[in-house]
Amino acid sequence: MSNTAISVTDLSKKYGDQVAVSHATFEVPLGTICGFVGPNGSGKTTTMRMLLGLITPTGGTGEILGESIKHPAKYLPRVGAMIEGPAFYPALSGKENLNVLATLGGFSTDRVQHLLEQVGLGDRGKSKFKTYSLGMKQRLGIAAALLPNPKLLMLDEPTNGLDPEGIQEVRALLRSLANNGTSVFVSSHLLSELELISDYLVMLRKGEVVFTGKMTDLMLAQQPVIIAKSNSEGDLVKLLAIAEGAGHHATIRDGAVHVQGPADWAQVFNQAAFDAGVTLSQLTPQLPNLEETFFEMTGEK
Amino acid sequence: MWNVAFAELRKLRRPTLFLGTMGAVIFFSALFSSLLFILIDSPQGNSDRGRMVGREVLGLATGGVQGFTSVGGFLGIIALCVFAAQTAQEYTYGTLRNLLVRQPGRLRILLGKFIAMKLFALVMIVLSAIVSISASVILAPGAKVSTDLWFGADGRHAIFTTFINVTVSVIGFGTIGMVLGLLLRSPISAISLGVLWLLIVENLLIAVKNSWENWLPGAQLQAIASGGAPSGRSAGIEYSHALLVGGIYVAIGAAIASLLFVRRDVAN
Repeated sequence: MSNTAISVTDLSKKYGDQVAVSHATFEVPLGTICGFVGPNGSGKTTTMRMLLGLITPTGGTGEILGESIKHPAKYLPRVGAMIEGPAFYPALSGKENLNVLATLGGFSTDRVQHLLEQVGLGDRGKSKFKTYSLGMKQRLGIAAALLPNPKLLMLDEPTNGLDPEGIQEVRALLRSLANNGTSVFVSSHLLSELELISDYLVMLRKGEVVFTGKMTDLMLAQQPVIIAKSNSEGDLVKLLAIAEGAGHHATIRDGAVHVQGPADWAQVFNQAAFDAGVTLSQLTPQLPNLEETFFEMTGEK
Repeated sequence: MWNVAFAELRKLRRPTLFLGTMGAVIFFSALFSSLLFILIDSPQGNSDRGRMVGREVLGLATGGVQGFTSVGGFLGIIALCVFAAQTAQEYTYGTLRNLLVRQPGRLRILLGKFIAMKLFALVMIVLSAIVSISASVILAPGAKVSTDLWFGADGRHAIFTTFINVTVSVIGFGTIGMVLGLLLRSPISAISLGVLWLLIVENLLIAVKNSWENWLPGAQLQAIASGGAPSGRSAGIEYSHALLVGGIYVAIGAAIASLLFVRRDVAN
């Protein structure tokens, strides 16, 4: 039996001349949480739709839970998904919406109330979907994805519209599901969230996979960064020139100069800045977080 | 497929849709049948398009279902709207992706939805038959119309055949609604185009050239509802011709829409 939840090779989708996903190749091991990141329009949702049989790939192959994506009926009963936000019938209650999906999938409706309670909607199940807040709609979408007691959960931006408490609850829920053997494939623009929960990462840029592997491997492969700030805007340009003059890659971002280099070069940088007449208000050597790595790898910002 | 049908029935039974539709069916069935008897002596006519249906005709074995026959075309329009809305809303709400994740067999989805909507239409037709025949029975004595033949062997046969004809016609109208919903993917567009075509465009075309009546889809389905008997604009259409031409329209439309539904990417 395959030990990968998702495995795709050269998966591609073209709309006319426009390439949405180009030769994507990656694997998601069973029982892990895999973050799926990329800028808007990078092909995340298109990839998820192909994996769920909603759109037909123009090339490549893929397997979900050991079954070819050409035969979604073989694996979808074991997959829960929420793609591009929660979509339900506004005139039906949250509970009845879940009952519709449970009936459709041939699942028992007995679990519906339990799932509503699991996502914090236990007392609002009888309210119509159209009266729900964005966060409640999102929670209902997650409950719907959990209906089949899935072996693989695919969630597209599940924390959209949730308050910090809700985000924390979703994070805990996903971790608990993964601990119980459910594989989770989750996209989010909140990279700090993915950094906290993901074991694996697939990073897309313009439809191409730019990184796939363990989160720890990605972070370890990144160069440490020295962040330098000065009170004067003009001084940032001087600091950039000093760093680049010393052979370090540097950028100005968020009112600070980000210099790739080992922590012990900070001392040399500080001295060079002083010699150039620049007074630093902050000088911090640190390992880059996922957000910085993301921007570095996708060329954003 | 049955799971899809049961799931669809959960949506169709919601009070605003179910009670609203059945309320309209009761009201119009009672209205159409009542007018036949209340306006029986009116020089402006007592049936659709000012047609006059006299005591002699109403006293026949088929008299009890005259009202039901008249309301058949209207039931078809209701079915078209319900089928179109229930199909197209899956696109506008984005719920189609949920359906396909839980039931990837696309033809099964279509068939399941169709079965559920057919059941819904059947409830409409049964209710309409009960209301219109009951109204006729209640109002006939006051209009001096004999009901002696209505429930004899011929009368029961007339009720049965009218029920079948109206059912076939309503399912035909509903299928056209479903096809429009699948093609246009918007309830408003599907309903407006369907209703506009059936109530206005076809009538204009028939007014321009009378023989077109034999080839237009709405006219065929209305003729089926009235059993090919003289009723409004379908006066000249043979029942078998209406069944054949109407069937071809519905079959071609359903085939094209099914093919598109099965092959089209779900990208919204």
